[in-house]
Amino acid sequence: MKDNLEDVLGVAAKWRAEGRGVALATVVRTWGSSPRPIGSQLVVDDTGSMLGSVSGGCIEGAVVLEAREAITDGNSRLLDYGVTNEQAWEVGLACGGKIQIYVEKVD
Amino acid sequence: MEKGLLASLNLRREKKMPVAVVTMLKDPGQWLIDSDEDGSAPDHIVGNARVALAEDKSQLVNDEGGSYFIHVYNPPLRIVVVGAVHIAQALAPIAAAVGYEVAIVDPRGAFATEDRFPGLEISNEWPDEALRKLGLDDRCAVVTLTHDPKLDDAALEVALASEVFYVGSLGSKKTHGARLKRLERLGIDKEAMARIHGPIGLPIGARSPAEIALAIMSQITQVRHSQERP
Repeated sequence: MKDNLEDVLGVAAKWRAEGRGVALATVVRTWGSSPRPIGSQLVVDDTGSMLGSVSGGCIEGAVVLEAREAITDGNSRLLDYGVTNEQAWEVGLACGGKIQIYVEKVD
Repeated sequence: MEKGLLASLNLRREKKMPVAVVTMLKDPGQWLIDSDEDGSAPDHIVGNARVALAEDKSQLVNDEGGSYFIHVYNPPLRIVVVGAVHIAQALAPIAAAVGYEVAIVDPRGAFATEDRFPGLEISNEWPDEALRKLGLDDRCAVVTLTHDPKLDDAALEVALASEVFYVGSLGSKKTHGARLKRLERLGIDKEAMARIHGPIGLPIGARSPAEIALAIMSQITQVRHSQERP
């Protein structure tokens, strides 16, 4: 799939080799209707550049912030997003689903 | 994820080898697991990862070993297009955008050229021979577009004897009726023939080559998802 528009892992390796700080976000669990299936991935670098997606654009902004923190502190994170989240009006999912996202630094 | 593990993962993806990555979600621990290697992961995790690989299903598991995510990376789905015609030229980029690999088969050298299909795997062998060499499996779709019974029928015989998840043939109802009669004479049973989607594509009123390609890609997508395990 190296010519695929969404070769997220290939880009992650390339960015890392260029010396950038890199983190991966992965959808690990979904409830109800969710915009992207389990296994969907987003790669983020330390300037906020990104490729791929973990939702229909609803929560990428928030995930990028968490990813940049993960690049800085090296800690992985397990994040929950959904309409029941207290942040719903800011970064919730309009579709009413819930998703869990794992964010990890590429060391 | 360590960059060494990422490199191993990407190498296997490039070689089109099925592989899983297991990540502990609350404790440290991440392993690359395939049919040969397990990265010294705990036995029960290796077992669950290999089941997930066989089922082609990424999943989060909570068990006595903790909470972990099994991420399955299987090779891309493939579409084998028999007939390097105008519709095939339109179908190739649409299929690539959806994430499929495309192989083009046409023994007529003027059609299946690198110029017309840049960057794609091209075979100029007779379709039955070409399809056997491509190794059809249940992650493959076969589409015949030549309108020439000599070529289409040869491909269909091999496709229907395989486990491909989709078979579609271009042609009107009348053409398709004639095709089924020919295949019956070749000794192909009715159950096998019923697998052929003909006329090909979802009925969206497609006319141009690009529209027909869109109808074909939509139907392949529909069939693929309707066959998925819950």
